[in-house]
Amino acid sequence: MPRAEFVHWLFASGLLALGLFLLAEAIVGTDVWRARTWRAYLWPSTLFAMGLFMWPVMVFFTNSTIHMVAHGSWAEVMMLAGAVELGLVTGKLQSGLWRLAMFASFVVTGVAFLAHEQNPWFFQRSAFLHHLLGWTFLCASLFPLARVVRPRSAMVASGFALTFIAVAVMLYCDRDVSPVFGHLSPLAGAPHR
Amino acid sequence: MNTQLATEVHTRARRSARVYVLSLLGPITGACGIAWALLQPYRVTLLHPHGQGLWWLLVEPPVIAVLVGLLFHFLVVPGLVEDVEEHA
Repeated sequence: MPRAEFVHWLFASGLLALGLFLLAEAIVGTDVWRARTWRAYLWPSTLFAMGLFMWPVMVFFTNSTIHMVAHGSWAEVMMLAGAVELGLVTGKLQSGLWRLAMFASFVVTGVAFLAHEQNPWFFQRSAFLHHLLGWTFLCASLFPLARVVRPRSAMVASGFALTFIAVAVMLYCDRDVSPVFGHLSPLAGAPHR
Repeated sequence: MNTQLATEVHTRARRSARVYVLSLLGPITGACGIAWALLQPYRVTLLHPHGQGLWWLLVEPPVIAVLVGLLFHFLVVPGLVEDVEEHA
C-alpha cells in the first residue's frame, strides 16, 4: 500500500495541470480557449476524473472514519464541480448560477480539510498543511463566487487558476511524518525522507 | 500619429505579451521540477533504483512536475498560440 504522501503528490500533479489549463484560459480569454472543442472540455473533465480517482483513495487508503468522510466529500464535490462545468461548456446548463457549484465545492473542501485535522498547526508538517489548505480553500472561495457574477474577468480567472497551483505546491510539500519550521511533536513518530 | 495605427500597435503588443507569457508557463513549471530534483536528488529514485519500493519508483514528484510542464508546453500551448494569432 502506498504511503499517503505518494497519493498526495499524484493529486498535486493533477491540480498543477488543472492550474496551468486555467491560467492559460485566463491569459488568452475564454473565447480563444474554447476555439477548439477538446480544449473546452480539458479542465472540467480533468477535475471530474480527479473526483473519480478520489473514490479508490477513500476506499483503500484512509485509516479512520473522519478521513474517509473527508476524502469522500472531496470526491463528490470534485465530480459535481467538474460535471457542472462540463454542462456549462456543452450548453446543457444555461444559467450562470450553476457556477455556484464550484463555490460550494471550495467551501466543502476547506471545511473538510479543517474538520478532519485533529492536531494543532505545528504538530507536524501534514497537520500544518491541512490547516493551511483548509483556510486557503475557504479564503479563495471568493474567486469561484466572483466567477458567478464576473465570469469573463481576467483577474478573477487568474486568482482562480493560481489557487489550484498554490494548492498543488502545498500538496507537493506534504510528508507523512516530517517537521514544519523546526517543529515536530514527539507524538508524531519518527520522520523519514 | 494615426490613432488607428496606435491601436493596432497596442493590440499587437498585448497579443505578443500573451503569447510570451503562455510560452513561459510550461518551461517555468519544468524548471521548478528540475530545481526540486537538484535540491532533493533522493526523490528521483531513477538515479539509483536498486532497493527502492514500487511507489518510490513510480511516484517521483520532481519528475512528474517536469512532465506536466513538458506535456502542457508541447500539447496545449502550440494550438493555443495559433488560436491567439487567429483571433487577433
